[in-house]
Amino acid sequence: MTNNRSWIPYLLILPSVAFLALLFIVPLLQTIWLAFSDNGVPSPANAQRMMADINFARSIKNTFLLTLAVVPVQLAIALVMGTMVAKVGRGRETILWVWTIPLGISDLAAGLVWLSILQNSGYFNSLLLGLGIIERQASWLSYQTPVALFFAIAVAEIWRGTAIVMVIIVAGLNQVPREFREAAEIFGAGAWTRFWRITLPLIRPALQSALILRTVLAFEVFAVVYALGGRNFPVLVGEAYNWQNQNQNYGVAAAYAVLIMIISLAATMIYLKAIKVDPERLP
Amino acid sequence: MKRLMSFGIVASTVLAFASPVLAQTVFVSTQLRPIEEATVVREELLQDVGDVDYVVEEPPQFAVRMEAERQAGTRTVSVVGALHGEISPLADKDSLEPLDELARTLAAGGMPQSLLDLGKLGKSTQQYIPWMQATYVMAAKKEALQYLPSGADVNALNYDQLIEWGKKMQEATGQPQIGFPAGPKGLMARYFQGYFYPSFTGGVVRTFQSADAAAGWEQLKALWAYVNPNSTNYDFMQEPLAAGEVMVAWDHVARLKNAISAAPDDYVVFPAPAGPKGRGYMPVVAGLAIPKGAPDKDGATKIIEHLTTPEIQLLTASRVGFFPTLNIKLPEDLDPGVALLAGAVTATQASKDALISLLPVGLGDKGGEFNKVYMDSFQRIVLQNEPIGDVLEAQGQTLAKLMTDTKASCWAPDAQSDGPCPVE
Repeated sequence: MTNNRSWIPYLLILPSVAFLALLFIVPLLQTIWLAFSDNGVPSPANAQRMMADINFARSIKNTFLLTLAVVPVQLAIALVMGTMVAKVGRGRETILWVWTIPLGISDLAAGLVWLSILQNSGYFNSLLLGLGIIERQASWLSYQTPVALFFAIAVAEIWRGTAIVMVIIVAGLNQVPREFREAAEIFGAGAWTRFWRITLPLIRPALQSALILRTVLAFEVFAVVYALGGRNFPVLVGEAYNWQNQNQNYGVAAAYAVLIMIISLAATMIYLKAIKVDPERLP
Repeated sequence: MKRLMSFGIVASTVLAFASPVLAQTVFVSTQLRPIEEATVVREELLQDVGDVDYVVEEPPQFAVRMEAERQAGTRTVSVVGALHGEISPLADKDSLEPLDELARTLAAGGMPQSLLDLGKLGKSTQQYIPWMQATYVMAAKKEALQYLPSGADVNALNYDQLIEWGKKMQEATGQPQIGFPAGPKGLMARYFQGYFYPSFTGGVVRTFQSADAAAGWEQLKALWAYVNPNSTNYDFMQEPLAAGEVMVAWDHVARLKNAISAAPDDYVVFPAPAGPKGRGYMPVVAGLAIPKGAPDKDGATKIIEHLTTPEIQLLTASRVGFFPTLNIKLPEDLDPGVALLAGAVTATQASKDALISLLPVGLGDKGGEFNKVYMDSFQRIVLQNEPIGDVLEAQGQTLAKLMTDTKASCWAPDAQSDGPCPVE
C-alpha cells in the first residue's frame, strides 16, 4: 500500500521546488553567467575588474571586520537578554516586545535614525555641546575619523540586529527542560556552572541557527552602512550596488554578488561543522 | 465556482495592468522627481495635452526599465524625459525614434543649433529634443563675504583666491566652510569633467594625465584642507548650506535651489572659480525622446511640441528652476531664488575667460564608468593621499581603454579627434 504511494511526498514538495527553481535557481544561474561572461563568451574579465578595483580590498576588509566585531557582541548581548527575560515572570511579553522593536524597523530607516543622531548637527553633538564637553560640532562619520565611523556603524548594526538573535535564543532557552537545572541545583552547581554546563550545550541548535542567520546577514550589510558611511566605508554589497546602479556595469555587479554568495555559503558550512548538534536533538 | 473565481481574478488582473496603457500616454522622467515638482508637471505643464500619465523614476531604475522593455519587445512608455547622459545608452542600443522633423521646426523657432546637435548624441539623426537646461554654480552665505580676500571679485574668482578665502573662513570660524557634493549620490564627477579639468588643463580626456593636470590636483589638495570633511557624505548642497554646516558650496542649480529660494536674501550665487586655462563650466541638458515601438507616438510628439513652446518653457523656468532651451528672455517676476541662480548662470556664460565643456558624447552605457575614473582619482589623490603621478597614470590607462572600447571621439573643450579620443 505505502509503496504504491511513494510518489506522493515528491508531488507534495513539487510546487515549492518549482517555485525555488523558477525564482531562485534560474536567477542564480543567470547571475553566475553574467559574472563569468563577457559579450556572450566565458571570461574572467568581470572578476578581474572587480579585484583590480580600488575599493575591492577595502570592502572585503570592512565587511569582515564589521562581521567579526558585530556578531560576537550580538550573540553575547542576546544570551544575556535571553537569560534575563527567562527569569522575569510578569511583564515578560512587554519586555520582549520592546526589545524586538528594532526588528520591525527597516534597515535604511535604522540607518537614518542613527544618522540623525551622529551627523554634525545631530542629537549626539547637541548633547555633547550642551554638556560643554566639546566646543564646536565634531564630525563622527567622515573619512578623517575612520575609527569613530567604524564604531558608529558597528553600534547601529548591533542595535538593529541583536533582536533577531535574541528571539532565536529565547526560543532555544524555552526548550531547556526545567528538571536538568533543578537537578544540577540539588547537586550544588552554581549559576555559572549551570549556564556553562547545562544551558549552553542544550541550546546549541538555537545558537547554530542564530549564528548562521546573523553572520550571513552581517556579510550582506548594506543600508545602515550606506546611510552612515556612504562613500567612506565601502562594503561588498554596497560595491555591488554601485557597480549595478552608478557604473551600470552589470557584469562586475554580478561578480560581487557571486562572491558574497560564496562567502555566505562558506560561513554557513563552517558553522554547521564547528557547532556539532546532537543528531537526537534535531527535529 | 472556484474556476469562475480564478478566472475572475485573472481577468481583473489583466485589465488592471492593461487599462492604463490603453487610455494614457505614459511619460517617464528622471527629472523633476520631487513631489512638488512632479505636481507642477502634472497640473500645470502638461495640463492641455490630453491624458498623460507622468511617471518619475530614479535614474538607475529608469535604465533598467528601458532595457527590460527593449529586451521584452513591449513598450509601455511613449515619451522619456532624462538627462543627456541617461538617454545616451538608449540611443546607443538604437532604441529611439529619430526626431529630425521636430528638430527642424524647433531650429526655425529659435532653439540654438548647438543645443540641438547635442541631441544627436554623435549619430546622424536627432535622438532627443533638448527640453530644459541647467548648470552648476557656487553659492555662499552673505556672512562669508567678509572673509573674501582683498581684491577678489566674487564673480571672477580664481583658485588661489578660493583657497585663501577658505583659509580665512576656517581661521575665523574654526571649521572648514567650503562644501562639495562628493557623497554617493552627489554630482562631484561633473565638477571634475566640467570645471576642474577644463579650468586647469583646457581639456577633459586628452589632458587627463598632463603636467597641467598634476598641478591642478596639487591645488585641489591645497583647497581640500579647507573643505568640510563631511563633503564625502553630501549629495545635495542645499542641505548643508541651509543647516549651516558650510558657508560656500558648489553644486547643480537644482540642488541649491531649495536653500536659496527659502532665503534669497541670505545668499550670493556666483560662477565657479577659474584656473590657468579659463573658467570651465558645463551646461546640463535634459531631453525628451520617443522610444522605438512607443504605444502612442502621436501623443508623445504632441507632448514634446507642447513642452518646447515658449510659454511652457518660461513656466518651467519660473516653477521648477530649469532654464529654457529656446532662446528666450526670462520674465522679470521670477522667483527670487531662481533669479539669483539665473544671474550666476548669465555671469558664468558672460565672463571673459568662460570655457564651455560639453557633456560626454558617445560613451553609451559607460557614462557611469567614465565618472568613476574621475572619482577614483579623487579618492586616491585627495582622500588617500597617493602620489599624483602614479594615480593619473593608472587611471589614465582605464580611461584610455574606456575610450577605445566605446570609440567615442573627443568633445569640447578637447580638440577634435579621428577615432577614439586619446589620453595623451
